Amino acid sequence: MACVFVRGIGSINLEFLTTVTSAINGTFGILGNIVNALYIIVITILIATPIGIGAAVYLTEYAKPGKLVNLIEFTTETLSGIPSIIYGLFGMVFFGTSLKLGFSILCGSLTLTIMILPIIISTTQSALKTIHMSYRSGAMGIGATKWYMIRTIILPSAMPGIVTAVILSIGRIVGESAALLFTAGSAYLLPKSFFGHIFTSAGTLTIQMYLSMSKAEYGQAFGIALILICVVLLINFLTKVVIKLGTK
Amino acid sequence: MENKISVTNLNLYYGQNHALKSVSMDIPERKITAFIGPSGCGKSTFLKTLNRMNDLVENCRIEGEILLDGEDIYSPKVDTTLLRKKVGMVFQQPNPFPMSIYDNVAYGPRIHGIKDKRTLDEIVETSLRGAAIFDEVKDRLKKSALGLSGGQQQRLCIARALAVRPGVILMDEPTSALDPISTLKIEDLMDDLKKQYTVAIVTHNMQQAARIADYTAFFLVGEMVETGATSDLFSRPKDKRTEDYITGRFG
Amino acid sequence: MENISAAKGRFKGKAEASGKVKNMSNDFSINGGSASKNFIEVLMKFIFFLCGMTAVTAVLAITLYMIISGTPALFKVGIIDMLFNTAWAPTASEPSFGIAYMILTSVIGTACAIVIGVPVGLLAAVFLSEVAHKNVAAAVKPAVELLAGIPSIVYGLMGVLIINPLMYKLELLIFSSSKTHQFTGGANMLAAILVLAVMILPTVINVSETSLRAVPAELRAASLALGATKTQTIFKTTIPAAKNGIITAIVLGVGRAIGEAMAIVLVSGNSVNLPVPFNSVRFLTTGIVSEMSYSSGLHRRALFTVGPVLFAFIMTINIVINKIIKGGSKDAKYYIRFQKKNFGYCSAFTYIFVGCHSRRNSCRYCGLCFCKRHRLDKS
Repeated sequence: MACVFVRGIGSINLEFLTTVTSAINGTFGILGNIVNALYIIVITILIATPIGIGAAVYLTEYAKPGKLVNLIEFTTETLSGIPSIIYGLFGMVFFGTSLKLGFSILCGSLTLTIMILPIIISTTQSALKTIHMSYRSGAMGIGATKWYMIRTIILPSAMPGIVTAVILSIGRIVGESAALLFTAGSAYLLPKSFFGHIFTSAGTLTIQMYLSMSKAEYGQAFGIALILICVVLLINFLTKVVIKLGTK
Repeated sequence: MENKISVTNLNLYYGQNHALKSVSMDIPERKITAFIGPSGCGKSTFLKTLNRMNDLVENCRIEGEILLDGEDIYSPKVDTTLLRKKVGMVFQQPNPFPMSIYDNVAYGPRIHGIKDKRTLDEIVETSLRGAAIFDEVKDRLKKSALGLSGGQQQRLCIARALAVRPGVILMDEPTSALDPISTLKIEDLMDDLKKQYTVAIVTHNMQQAARIADYTAFFLVGEMVETGATSDLFSRPKDKRTEDYITGRFG
Repeated sequence: MENISAAKGRFKGKAEASGKVKNMSNDFSINGGSASKNFIEVLMKFIFFLCGMTAVTAVLAITLYMIISGTPALFKVGIIDMLFNTAWAPTASEPSFGIAYMILTSVIGTACAIVIGVPVGLLAAVFLSEVAHKNVAAAVKPAVELLAGIPSIVYGLMGVLIINPLMYKLELLIFSSSKTHQFTGGANMLAAILVLAVMILPTVINVSETSLRAVPAELRAASLALGATKTQTIFKTTIPAAKNGIITAIVLGVGRAIGEAMAIVLVSGNSVNLPVPFNSVRFLTTGIVSEMSYSSGLHRRALFTVGPVLFAFIMTINIVINKIIKGGSKDAKYYIRFQKKNFGYCSAFTYIFVGCHSRRNSCRYCGLCFCKRHRLDKS
């Protein structure tokens, strides 16, 4: 750990953070990778969170216990056990080739969506389960419809759990590399257009770090590693804060 | 005297378990009817069938007829949310929602489409007054309801039930989780409520039934053994089992 | 008749949005209700259902695509030739696609990482939950959490710069007189195993610690009251009581180790060799990472075959571990048979793969669970 700090600090400077790697200008910077990572995080979370919350709500509030629930929970657990490299392969074949997305942010995000789905489902589900039954019967008892009850009582009460799920997912996305290598690609350029960017190839911090390591440019790698570790620390801290706020 | 609810030949099964055995009784309008009996006798289950809260329970099957103002509440055409607006419920454990006192009371009216701020204010105030809690909370309507004491929470829940202007209020052992002073306040409140509402209450406390109820029904292992005016039931029970129970020989 | 007309009247009233007055009066029919409200209810239920089915669809799609893209090469090369042939030379003029060494490397590498990582992790968990002072535990815990969150590629970096040079020195020391040894510069099997062992530590520590903490204090008290020492209590009472959680920890550790690619791709040397400690080796996962970008044709399809093989291995290893450790438990056997009979293979598999206790959901609803812990829960 200390090693990362000592060697990482050296390579971090303003240029490192604010420029884009360019052979012509002779600079090495990771701004492009940071922007790409943000794109991927935002898009993935935007797609995965509603689906994950929906699935958790379905499992805890709607579904009758039986084969279907068992099937969904079994597949969710299976998903969480699949290694990221297999997600990478699947994303490359399905989203990349079959849906013709090629190497693009969208392709990477869709792949990661499947990958973080189990995190969101199980975290939200356990938050939903801790909500006392009396809230449900209380709301139903004065004539709320199920969806109204979920909207006004259940989801607000589960908010800390949902936020935790999102933070954990962001952590997973930031650290992910194997699943992105073949889906989102490895370009490090700044976006040319805001929305068009999601269809272009884009490497995140971890991918850039892998590339730097393969080229034995360990200084750069340490710089990125330091940033990644700071992000992880921040995420762990945020999770704790949210859990603390939630239990109050 | 008019009957608000009349139940004929009601049978209820939880899976294989026959939980209510051909219960027939009437619940008169603007009176308090109490259901008494030992634990597990089906009195709470019976109460829940009156606003179809049993629908939420798995494997629950119901036969028979329950008429509310002459309409069968188990007819397939029934919208349970409208039914529950008409037949409100207060639970054993005070269960205010994790929001402000005001929002708790306004929850019901909002469900039923009232958005106008002034109408809501009015409803909240009358409901809180109706539940005899307005003076205690008027300065902190925007504070969380979870900060109230148990007795206050229960009266808030009553106010929440009143806010949708139900015709009937069902209370499932509303005082069993409360201290004696809060219990007394709620009993006084029920006496007020019956001027406007039909009240049905489940209690395992016979003295409470004797104190507040106009009519009492005694349940035993899924059967409705006896029903009648409270004074009659307690002084001249017709059935041996009722007598055994009210004289404290079992239960 | 009356009801129907009343319902119709109400329906009209709603449609005119004059709900306020109507809602507050008490004499309305409970029948009918608003069509739009019912529609929204049904729609939302359907939407939630679709969300629920996403996971199922995803697993089906992944399985399907793995099979579709993996089998052609498998049949073209020949199943036996592919799985048991040791020569991997996809770009040679006479290409050979044997992945036996890769399989062997993955299996042995994972096993060794578990053998090193689990005892260390378990002892660390014991230390955190049983021995350490509260403040010490509070200081160590964030470090473990940080370790759990660090991206695998960062582990790779540490491996390349710390473990590999050490390995190289060791290599020079051991093989200084050997003439046949191919020097790897430290990037070898042993280095990869060490990196994997460190990587699974946080998983093992976290899960075992949670299960150790869940052991009721009465159990420890009972053991201590019989005159057992603290150490005896830990090893004879607490750890056996937390067995199920520890098994889960191992299963999750195996999952993490065998599926890991980025941390070891640069650490393990990356040439296909027999997996002995000081050989440069290639895992199933690192094979995909390092060749996918430039492969084509049959070579690429062969790489796609590695995916399902890897997946199959994860499943098999989980089964084997569960069998070995739970083999003696009659409860478990009976439960699996019971699940198969009543709920089909799906939930029986859930039990085998993840263990009934490991996930809270597998039998929470059925109410027919026969495993010890849930029998207690029920009563």
